[in-house]
Amino acid sequence: MLTISNLHARIEEKEILRGINLEIKPGEVHAIMGPNGSGKSTLASVLAGREDYEVTEGSVTFNGKDLLDLAPEKRAAEGIFLAFQYPVEIPGVTTINFLKTAINEIRKYNGQEPLDAAQFLKRMREKAKLVKIDDALLKRSLNEGFSGGEKKRNEIFQMAMLEPVLGLLDETDSGLDIDALRIVAEGVNQLRDGKSSFVIVTHYQRLLDYIVPDFVHVLYKGRIVKSGTKELALELEEKGYDWIKNEVDALEAV
Amino acid sequence: MSSIENKDTSSLKAELIADFHLSQAKLNGKAALPIHQLRGEAMQNFDKLGFPTIRHEEWKYSNVSNLVKQTFDFHTKTEFNQVDLDKIPLPHLTGNVLYFINGVYNAELSQIATPENKLRVIPFSEALAQQPELIEGYFGKYANYETDAFTALNTALANDGVVVQVADNKIVEEPIILRFISDVRLANVGSQPRNLIIVGKNSQVKIAEAYRTVGDNAAFVNTVTEIIVDDSAMVDYYKVQSESDKSYHIGTTQVYQKGRSYFYSATATLNGGFVRNNLNVVLDGEHIESHLFGLYVPNGKQHVDNHTVVDHRKPNCESHELYKGILMDKSTGVFNGKIFVREDAQKTNAYQNCRNVVTSDEATMNTKPQLEIWADDVKCSHGTTTGQLNDEAIFYMQSRGIPKKEAIRLQLLAFAQDVVTQIKIDSIREYIEELILEKLEGA
Repeated sequence: MLTISNLHARIEEKEILRGINLEIKPGEVHAIMGPNGSGKSTLASVLAGREDYEVTEGSVTFNGKDLLDLAPEKRAAEGIFLAFQYPVEIPGVTTINFLKTAINEIRKYNGQEPLDAAQFLKRMREKAKLVKIDDALLKRSLNEGFSGGEKKRNEIFQMAMLEPVLGLLDETDSGLDIDALRIVAEGVNQLRDGKSSFVIVTHYQRLLDYIVPDFVHVLYKGRIVKSGTKELALELEEKGYDWIKNEVDALEAV
Repeated sequence: MSSIENKDTSSLKAELIADFHLSQAKLNGKAALPIHQLRGEAMQNFDKLGFPTIRHEEWKYSNVSNLVKQTFDFHTKTEFNQVDLDKIPLPHLTGNVLYFINGVYNAELSQIATPENKLRVIPFSEALAQQPELIEGYFGKYANYETDAFTALNTALANDGVVVQVADNKIVEEPIILRFISDVRLANVGSQPRNLIIVGKNSQVKIAEAYRTVGDNAAFVNTVTEIIVDDSAMVDYYKVQSESDKSYHIGTTQVYQKGRSYFYSATATLNGGFVRNNLNVVLDGEHIESHLFGLYVPNGKQHVDNHTVVDHRKPNCESHELYKGILMDKSTGVFNGKIFVREDAQKTNAYQNCRNVVTSDEATMNTKPQLEIWADDVKCSHGTTTGQLNDEAIFYMQSRGIPKKEAIRLQLLAFAQDVVTQIKIDSIREYIEELILEKLEGA
């Protein structure tokens, strides 16, 4: 579904991704872990098409298409969803109207008729239940005055509404208490249908207690330096990142 | 006198002074009436003042030098009719709708729905010619024709407009909509509408002024509206401008509020080459409430200047002011908001806020809040911001599948909503929404 080959990216003069290789197949859940500043969030941002980053080398293919060639909205229409680490507040635009616009733009791109009001409402009720988000919240301006937990839940709700092929979760667990974490994780788990894939970017292992990944990758200095299964996450939880850093730094010194 | 004499030698000034002498000659013995004395005084003032230049503090950012270089026909006959009107519809219009073509009342196009025991509507020209006693107590008593050149000019030369009088204790349900259309299909046209709105005690009324241009020549609209809001009366007043790039609009709305009255206004400028709006509100009684909203969306090389004065003269009143601007392309904007809190005006609450979004590097916004407070027990605040669209918010919307252009449009619309939703005449609000959508299509 997604093939990342030798991906290099920089912001201004600073090179942050220095040769990422990753293959994601339908239905898989990949966790991207790593110390601060390793490039985890950059990877998610580059995949979603954030303008601040410049790709200097490598390629990303998504369902046969050159992803890097597409504007962010087209990536979304092709089925990529980025759950933001810091969801943006948009005064004056309600979540409902925002999603109605988003869904219908995506449908238009894919040659589908817009959802009518009844279909939209039905989908909204279903998905709101999934992440236990209050109707009243959805009628308010998007994320405006929402608590940290409400914003993250709203991200997962939006993801559920847009039914992406590939969901990128950028530190969705940061700033969440354990109850909110559980709700968010349950939401994601219900979206795991064997076809949709997820990339979960996280610093800590705790979210992976609830969303069990198929693969765990450790990013350090802009490269994937270690890959494994869920046991790797537990090992990191126990031992921290220093042993990996030391390994890599020692190799680089040679 | 010569020391303060203005050196304005513009052709427009000369033309207007000549015009005044012509009109004087036609007064046929009425020149001695107080109202015509006052008009004569106003003309003298204008002669002394001349058109302002950018050296004038109040006109620092608004340069009328291109206006005064041109000539305008102030007495043009127009054939503007229903067929022309149908081409510039204002949908769902109901109530009292009055049309002024090149500043002159057009009875044929107009309709008055409210019975006369509640609402008297008389063309200003008729009041001036036949019932000067009706307006003598109000005309020129509020708007400043002493030091404001454009108001002086209008006071001296205005020949039509409307006098609206709401009796005491009446609720006028049907809105009053005044549509001013400059028909410049044949020539440059100037007009100087004058409106006098007198709202009696405990009465309620909603009024809107809508300005529009038809044709490709230049238009000069110099308008003055005086509104007197008597004790415990409630007035909604909206001004909507959608004039051409070749038009100059200078408008003053002078509001005088008495005790426990309520004034609620919104000024929406969607189009116009050069626009200067003065909104001056005097709160001369206790427990008065005043709300001033504004929205301006210039593009191209359009220039929109809003000057407001809120004058708190008595205790226990409150005023709220919110102006919002979206500036595109090479447009320029000005906001100058004065708040006076006089020595007597203890327990005043006065708030002012001006927020702007600039969508291009070449657009400019000048803001200047001016608070002068002589009372000590007051709550006043002001703030101005001018920023760009939030890139992160645009990316956020894009990442959900919304194209960039649409994301920008949605955000600008949302930004304007704070002001648009304040407008309580449905047809006017819908009209403004439509004009904004039209305008943002090109953003």
